[in-house]
Amino acid sequence: MAKEISEKAEKRLAEIIEKYPEKRSAALPALYIVQEEHGMITEEGIKWVAERVGLSPVHVKELATFYTMFHEKPVGRYHIQVCRTLSCAICGCKGLSEYIVNRLGIKPGEVTEDGLWSFEEVECLGSCGTAPMVEINDTYFENLTPEKLGEIMDRIEKEKPDLSLSTINDKLGEGLKGHPRSEVYP
Amino acid sequence: MAEHIQILLKNIREKDYHRLEVYEKFGGYASVRKALEMDPLQIIEEVKTSGLRGRGGAGFPTGLKWSFVPRDSGKPVYLINNADESEPGTFKDRVLLERNPHLVIEGMLCAAWALQSNMSIIYIRGEYAYPYTVISAAIKECYQKGYLGENIFGSGFTHHMLVHRGAGAYICGEETALLESLEGKKGQPRLKPPFPAVEGLYGCPTVINNVETLSTIPWIVANGGAEYAKIGVDKSSGTKLVSASGHIKKPGVYEIEMGYPLLEFIENECGGIREGHSLKAVIPGGSSVNILTAEECKGVNLDYESCREHGTSLGCAGFMVLDDSVDMVEAVLNLAHFYAHESCGQCTPCREGGHWIEKVFARIARGEGLPGDMELIESVCAQIGGHTICAFGDTMVLPYLSILKKFAPEFRERIDAALKGLEVKRKMLNMEFDGAH
Repeated sequence: MAKEISEKAEKRLAEIIEKYPEKRSAALPALYIVQEEHGMITEEGIKWVAERVGLSPVHVKELATFYTMFHEKPVGRYHIQVCRTLSCAICGCKGLSEYIVNRLGIKPGEVTEDGLWSFEEVECLGSCGTAPMVEINDTYFENLTPEKLGEIMDRIEKEKPDLSLSTINDKLGEGLKGHPRSEVYP
Repeated sequence: MAEHIQILLKNIREKDYHRLEVYEKFGGYASVRKALEMDPLQIIEEVKTSGLRGRGGAGFPTGLKWSFVPRDSGKPVYLINNADESEPGTFKDRVLLERNPHLVIEGMLCAAWALQSNMSIIYIRGEYAYPYTVISAAIKECYQKGYLGENIFGSGFTHHMLVHRGAGAYICGEETALLESLEGKKGQPRLKPPFPAVEGLYGCPTVINNVETLSTIPWIVANGGAEYAKIGVDKSSGTKLVSASGHIKKPGVYEIEMGYPLLEFIENECGGIREGHSLKAVIPGGSSVNILTAEECKGVNLDYESCREHGTSLGCAGFMVLDDSVDMVEAVLNLAHFYAHESCGQCTPCREGGHWIEKVFARIARGEGLPGDMELIESVCAQIGGHTICAFGDTMVLPYLSILKKFAPEFRERIDAALKGLEVKRKMLNMEFDGAH
């Protein structure tokens, strides 16, 4: 089934293109819109971006594969990224990955059957002073232990909060209500 | 704790400091008002006098970089704020973007006037969603108040600013890769020359500065380059944000004066090494620099020259502290996985070599290392460094070679154990989940 791009998205992209001196620069913002609309980068989305920003579809496809934040297959409603680079590694990120694997029964790159969760291990997320940490959708959760991650996941399953940049914008930093955002300076 | 002058982090604990009215209450936007009354070239001279060097890692003199921009090209000049902070161990720019966004904007406005640029772009890494919302909101406030747009502060100067999100690529922190990415292409570095100052974004003169560098400009405009040059030491003037992480009691971002002794920094600021452990090694500049053993840390000061004299680099001061619990074979494998994953794939030595090295480190770590593996890694490194378009290849081999050399017994022991068929105990990292092995 061919996926559509909403009128709202068309309008948003048109506004974004306006801001750039050259419209090809809007390729990445346009791909973000596709991902919000379709949950992943679809073929239809690639064609749409190509047309709107004046690039060939194969060029846009290349972008989608080069930049790791674009998903070429579906992810869960909540996508957990566990930071695995050195500072997180020496501060125990292994425990977080193991906890997720045990709890959800999925390996990195997989989605749970109910489509709620997916997870992957990623490179440094710039949160080394609050290691170990994960990013769930667009929200950072820092200074974690497997227990704390468990509590966060419990709450997400129960409350189904919106943790994405596209919809909550200014309130993004609040993360889960009542869950403190950590301080990155002492 | 030592008293260090605070230029960048001053006031950030004030409530709602990210909001324009609060920032102004503490004297914000006075520098840009002053700058707009100065001759643009005079600002460049002040920045030269200040001795300010690029805080993104390379340490290139900022004023000199600005002076390379031709003033009569007839093309627009672009100012890019590099907020693609991705070097492992670095999280300082995030603090500025989240807590002090108007300082960032004010610095950019001062720089824009000096360079006579009517447009600037903040290139922020895609994962920094929260900092993105904060800086975007701050820009919106500025437009509403007339601090951005046309005729800023009645000066007749026009400046537009936008924020561009990256989408997950370490290499886009490299300035020419960043430009490619901004032009809607894969982030693959360009050959230099031409340098961006002459031919950058869309072929126009472009200056790319780090967030921290630009955030320093308002202070220099307010107090003069000579005053700034008095802070810090010799050729490393001013203050530096250090992102401290790892096995210390108080990790976080600290603003220190250049020249602060490394070990004192750990003890006095970071609260020392965690209980029951001792210092094993420090990676002072972000992962792409030579490692220092605990012994070598003695006498090192946190400034560009001292670090260089001691065989490492201050880089962007992504200061990672490793205690005696760290298995160096696992640690270097962790970094090898990072660089293999983040190579942009343009140059063969880096694209292929990075993966070869990771595989060899991985087999040593698994207890399947072969005699000669250490030499093999050294040989592959020698074929990467100096053979690639950008500095990624040159710098990724630094941690490999320095860790291999300085902690050689740990590697030998692992390889010997493999020869004898002994089981290897792996305690630290989650390589088994990486799927790459």
